[in-house]
Amino acid sequence: MANVFTSIGDWVNERAPNLAPTYRKHMTEYYAPKNFNLWYYFGSLALVVLINQIVTGIFLTMNYNPSAAGAFDSVQYIMRDVEWGWLIRYMHSTGASLFFVVVFLHMFRGIMYGSYKKPRELVWLLGMLIFLVLMAEAFMGYVLPWGNMSFWGAKVIVSLFGTIPVIGGTLVEWIMGDFLPADATLNRFFALHVIALPIVLLLLVVLHLAALHEVGSNNPDGVEIKKGPKGNRWDALKPTDGIPFHPYYTVKDLVGVGFFLLIAAFIIFFAPTFGGWFLEHDNSIMANNLVTPAEIKPVWYFTPFYAIVRMIPSFAGTAVWGVLAMFGAIAVLFLLPWFDRGQVKSIRYRGTGYKVALGVFVIAFLGLGSVGAGITAEVIPEWFGNVDLTTWENAFGRLMTLLYFGFFAFLWAYTHFGWEKTKPVPDRVTMHD
Amino acid sequence: MANEVVDHGRRRFLTATTAVVGGIGIVSAAVPFIKSWEPSARAKAAGAPVTQSLKKIESGQQLIVGWRSLPVFIVNRTPAQLAALPQQAPRLVDPKSDGSSAAQQPKYAQNETRSIKPEWLVMVGICTHLGCVPNYVGEMKPEPFDPNWQGGYYCPCHHSRYDMAGRVYQGVPAPKNMEIPPYNFIDDTTIQIGVDPKGAA
Repeated sequence: MANVFTSIGDWVNERAPNLAPTYRKHMTEYYAPKNFNLWYYFGSLALVVLINQIVTGIFLTMNYNPSAAGAFDSVQYIMRDVEWGWLIRYMHSTGASLFFVVVFLHMFRGIMYGSYKKPRELVWLLGMLIFLVLMAEAFMGYVLPWGNMSFWGAKVIVSLFGTIPVIGGTLVEWIMGDFLPADATLNRFFALHVIALPIVLLLLVVLHLAALHEVGSNNPDGVEIKKGPKGNRWDALKPTDGIPFHPYYTVKDLVGVGFFLLIAAFIIFFAPTFGGWFLEHDNSIMANNLVTPAEIKPVWYFTPFYAIVRMIPSFAGTAVWGVLAMFGAIAVLFLLPWFDRGQVKSIRYRGTGYKVALGVFVIAFLGLGSVGAGITAEVIPEWFGNVDLTTWENAFGRLMTLLYFGFFAFLWAYTHFGWEKTKPVPDRVTMHD
Repeated sequence: MANEVVDHGRRRFLTATTAVVGGIGIVSAAVPFIKSWEPSARAKAAGAPVTQSLKKIESGQQLIVGWRSLPVFIVNRTPAQLAALPQQAPRLVDPKSDGSSAAQQPKYAQNETRSIKPEWLVMVGICTHLGCVPNYVGEMKPEPFDPNWQGGYYCPCHHSRYDMAGRVYQGVPAPKNMEIPPYNFIDDTTIQIGVDPKGAA
């Protein structure tokens, strides 16, 4: 048997001599810093969820009917009549929410340890593009069941483009292919959701990893292992503080995957709607173009951005400002490597001002989320009695919006004018056992 | 036949012209794909006028009818609701509908009640912010969102508020008053939505 494998291996090698070196370059001879902590699980978990979405998605298309007349019923058919259809759909819908959980944590890790800074700006930009495509993918997938929340979600999100002066109205009709979200809209969203965007997403993931492997991974200390001492157990020229990605980090990541799948399975089996946070109750009602659901709010991962749209009033006869601010909230993330002029990467060695600002940024993000999810609308009357809800909610939401953007402005001023008092950065990673 | 000397100018010219011609080809080929996203002939054809009897709409009641897949609100406004309209002016963005909302109604409905007959409000029930259907909150009593509520519309999506003539209040995301569609009275108790009154247009 061994001979057969060897000869097959030789046969391939002779015809594709770069295959084995490529594998080694990205797996067994990719030296990652040895001090990765818990925060480094979320990249590989995102890949696991991506594979889950692709596999369950393929099986969902086998029974789903992409038409305004048939979509809603076909989803119910999957849930009730198709053998194990409910499991496949819940894996897909829960996977969508967990995708954002791991991606948000993955992005926060990058911010916290300065992984967006030189020389990793390209890794960060590609990652942000992935985030953007992911949001488009999630939105279109949300429309496909054609429940009433799907319909009105589609209406509101597409109408965002309608606020653009002059061309807005035509652009909205062009996107929807009708005067309202209709059959044409559902069909094209299906095409984009199941084929066009996944192809782009996969390509971006490959580029994200390729760009990462060019420069090497950052680590919780934010020091470059390539600039540290050379020579380790496997290679005399490679960084002393690096270990081969395979098998060391593949095995470590498997532990993370195990824990993650445990949590995911619990949600899928015991709380697939997650109390209306992952799947909304109003989406069990068929799309109705004459009735907007009484409490319309997006799925939780869009709530911070949705809150920004709500908080900004119209001005000079157009509502475009709220939409610009919402896209701006994502644009500033793209530009993070250029807002932050500081040389020290990791939060461990950065100034107190940075730590406080990052904390405030997290509070602003969660605060906006609570406004967008309607938590403040419930809590304000409960805590403060019969007050003018709109005024209070706007005051809170606008403060949070200010703090969100304030983080980037502060970060720039703090690092540009040299106000930051950093701690000395060690020469090597601080874990040597 | 091989040229001993490479003519760089000629090579640049050929590269540039090939790129330009190829680029035009790609742009032209993209046109049908982009145009295919526009509303189809079938979608455009589905916009016929709608006729509605008003006989069964009580005072203070709202009826929603579909026209071009849009919800059209028909409201029989009460005298109290009508009396409250002039008082709202200082709190509105465009009380006379002649500023930013000048194009939001036909000329024959550009008045204080934004209607042909004062009591009958006929309006496209689409919020001018992002296109939701605002809720009809007709009762004149303090609401959580406004302690001085005089009846009107409240959008569940982004909390925009309108008065009983669909005029938008200040300080909300919606920029304009809601749209009044073309309509006419066929007789005292029947309206036709989608067609201007005779001689008006």
